[in-house]
Amino acid sequence: MVDFEVVSLPAADHVDVGQTAPDFTRPLVNGEYWENVDLSDLTDEGPVLLGFHSMDGAFPATYFWKEMKARDWIDQVQVVGVSISDPYAHKQLLRERGLVDEPVALFSDPTNEIAEAYGIVNRLDGMAGIEEPRPALYLLDRDREVQFVWVAEDWPDFPDYDETEAAIERL
Amino acid sequence: MMTAEDSAITLYRLQGCPYCERVVRRLNELELDYQSRFVEPLHSERNVVRRISGKRTVPAIVDRNTGVTMSESANIVEYLDRNYGGA
Repeated sequence: MVDFEVVSLPAADHVDVGQTAPDFTRPLVNGEYWENVDLSDLTDEGPVLLGFHSMDGAFPATYFWKEMKARDWIDQVQVVGVSISDPYAHKQLLRERGLVDEPVALFSDPTNEIAEAYGIVNRLDGMAGIEEPRPALYLLDRDREVQFVWVAEDWPDFPDYDETEAAIERL
Repeated sequence: MMTAEDSAITLYRLQGCPYCERVVRRLNELELDYQSRFVEPLHSERNVVRRISGKRTVPAIVDRNTGVTMSESANIVEYLDRNYGGA
């Protein structure tokens, strides 16, 4: 992407393919309201593409949602974002990205405990006291079993969306 | 895709709205299980509330035990007392 070496992240002992993704409860924000939802409530309904991204407002989150909006899989799997941003910021993001009426939603996890449970914590340089998930994509089936995973190895780093699409088609 | 409908009572509320807190207090006093839905602060965009109650005001509750949907905190508190307050 760039002609110099980007920062490599330390190896992560993260939740991997074939494992059961940890369940959690957090406010899930859609275009109209938010309420506490269990991840397992969503997977009970069908496969979930769980996308961990940087705080709302910076370009990585923008890129992620632009890509989600451009892909047809938005109607095939439940696309659910996760960031440490609060529910108000998530609402703003949905509005700015034109996603209010799309079947997508975002979990709000300001304490970053979900990233902790998934083994993908990213401590931010120059922002004392703030950590967030490293960018990651988890494709989960109805039993919350991980079917596909991508976890950033560099910072910044972006998923291979074509590989992700192939994994969704294999479901 | 929203699920989590384990509680029979759904409360539509705003953070820091005193009328909503009044209903929350009574729900807790009556030890009733409820699911909170935090809605749009801007009144004109609160369409989800209008769809369920015909008005955009909060608090509003939907009680699937009785099929009742209701707005206005005084009405809601009275309703809760009448239906769930009897010892």
